[in-house]
Amino acid sequence: MSQTAIALNHVYKKFKKGELYDSLRDLIPSLARRFFVARDRGNDSLGSKEFWALQDVSFEIHKGESFGIIGNNGAGKSTILKLLSGIMKPTTGTLEVHGRLSALIEIGAGFHPDLTGRENIFLNGIILGMTKGEIRRKFDEIVEFSGLEEFIDTPVKRYSSGMYARLGFAVAAHLEPDILVIDEVLSVGDYVFQRRCIEKMDAILNTGVTIIFVSHNLEAVAGLCQRTLLLGHGKVIEAGPTKEVIKTYMNQGSYGQRQLIDKEVVISKVSVHGKDGEDIRFETGQKIYCEIEIAARVRCCGLSIALLVTDNNHFEIFNTSTERLKHPTICLDAGESWKCEYEVCLNLAPGTYHLGAAVYRYDVQKEYDTLLPAATIYVSSDIDIKGVTNLYPRVVSLHAIGKNDSKTSRDLIRPACSAI
Amino acid sequence: MIKEIRELLGYRELIYAITWKDIKIKYKQSIMGVMWAIFMPALVVSAGALVKYAFARLSGTPLGLSQIATVSVKAIPWSFFISSLRFGTNCLTANVNLVTKIYFPNEVFPISAVLSQLFDLGIASFVLCVLLAVAGIGWSIYLLWVPVLMGLLIFLAVASVLLLSAANLFFRDVKYIVEVIVTFAIFFTPVFYEADFMGATWKPIILLNPVAPILEGFNACIVLRQMPEMAWIAYSATVTIVLFFASFRFFKKMEPSFAENI
Repeated sequence: MSQTAIALNHVYKKFKKGELYDSLRDLIPSLARRFFVARDRGNDSLGSKEFWALQDVSFEIHKGESFGIIGNNGAGKSTILKLLSGIMKPTTGTLEVHGRLSALIEIGAGFHPDLTGRENIFLNGIILGMTKGEIRRKFDEIVEFSGLEEFIDTPVKRYSSGMYARLGFAVAAHLEPDILVIDEVLSVGDYVFQRRCIEKMDAILNTGVTIIFVSHNLEAVAGLCQRTLLLGHGKVIEAGPTKEVIKTYMNQGSYGQRQLIDKEVVISKVSVHGKDGEDIRFETGQKIYCEIEIAARVRCCGLSIALLVTDNNHFEIFNTSTERLKHPTICLDAGESWKCEYEVCLNLAPGTYHLGAAVYRYDVQKEYDTLLPAATIYVSSDIDIKGVTNLYPRVVSLHAIGKNDSKTSRDLIRPACSAI
Repeated sequence: MIKEIRELLGYRELIYAITWKDIKIKYKQSIMGVMWAIFMPALVVSAGALVKYAFARLSGTPLGLSQIATVSVKAIPWSFFISSLRFGTNCLTANVNLVTKIYFPNEVFPISAVLSQLFDLGIASFVLCVLLAVAGIGWSIYLLWVPVLMGLLIFLAVASVLLLSAANLFFRDVKYIVEVIVTFAIFFTPVFYEADFMGATWKPIILLNPVAPILEGFNACIVLRQMPEMAWIAYSATVTIVLFFASFRFFKKMEPSFAENI
């Protein structure tokens, strides 16, 4: 049995809406009320301007585990982190933290714009809990990780937001806490840096540190976290293996608010699986199976079922349908359901992709129902490629083919330029 | 209380780092830089000298160097105290980012705020020492009182700033009140004049301000070369200690709600 690093028991947190006190006219009665009434009003009832940011949240994180927290904006993710780090206290409920916890709630929080990168590394390092000697020892490593050697003596107010974030993450990545809490760090920074961050977090995880990772980047969560907590409106919706929780989260997004009443045909289910039953993470080049189920409310004919794939920016990269694949159109009676299974080969570059489905009638160009995104998959690859497709590159040869001295090469270029 | 102070001691390096940050930022991107630390008190001292000159004209006595020394010896600790209050009142609200995003004992901010003002005081004091030496104010055994009085003044500043910064976090009115008080307090505090001037009835009232006996004490032990008035120093010390414990309790009690009320 592994030891507990963090435990929350029925944690509630109440916040106030609106301004604290709008005017003196509000303040005096409220102070008077607080003085006389507050005694008998418990902590578990809400005042008129209050709301629950967290309601009955309980979970446990073991030592050395990587734990993800996902949920829509305003679900209470950051509130949990603030409770964990001790910045706020829960209204009711208890919270245990075992070990030195470093929270990275915002990257570069505590940077001062007027100070240089160098000064900020020391300041931020100490703020985050390192000692001066520790920072001095790791200074070169931090600077190298950030890739900002040139600008280290420039005030950070002159930095771009990406540079700012890189420096912030570089400092934080060199902390040596028992528990590392990270909130939305991958939202900034370019592709290369994001990948370095994930690699670094993986490395940190291998040293036995407990990581709590909050992100909207589901791919990163899926890659990094063993277990995940899904929050919605301050309540725990699901906690368990990352794969399942992400699936719940994705379904919630598309199915939750669908209006089915006025549709003649609806897509009732879209599911993806590989040959061995895996359903979220796939290897590039792998064959996957996509099942689409449709149900008709009234009799409809001439239908075909389309499969759509978009990249993470919801840009369509693939689209086909049963009719275009030379299958006859289908005809559904009222109340009848059909199922279509596609096999596709994932010749995709590593990344996040969304699958969707549509029911379409070509001869009258009528779209009956579209469900996109219906499922999200992550494709990984051993080779490092960018873009959306995997063209299976191979370097056939790579060698020098001769040398020009600088004079001749200039001569070669000049006539071309002057010709324009 | 003891547990909290022990926790605070563990954050020594942080206090040191934030103090340095405050000092550095104060003089970043300014041409005069650290010279401001001499310039500002010099202005206060000249104002005091002018007031003294007016007094001298009025009473028909010549303006002595020792009177200028008296003003300087009081005005410099006074401007330290005032700037600590000004700067310290805003120390929590100025660091919203840290208060709401990273956990550590928040009393680090008020303490650092006062310590950073100490840097200016140090520079000004150095200049003052040179001036006093030129003015012929020599050594005496009573100079041993200076560190005691200084300690008391710093302690009083920390105590006040703990209270004011926490109060300001909830109600921004506090900073305006502080601003007004700080501007006019010089009239109610014996900086440009001596408490003795006020006569037997008014002197105790003037000295009720806990800063006043400390300033009078500086004058006594540096310029007049005599013992400070012990009864009044004891009074200041008592007020300081009581205020410190009360402020600290208040600060720690409110601290968990800082992040959501800032």
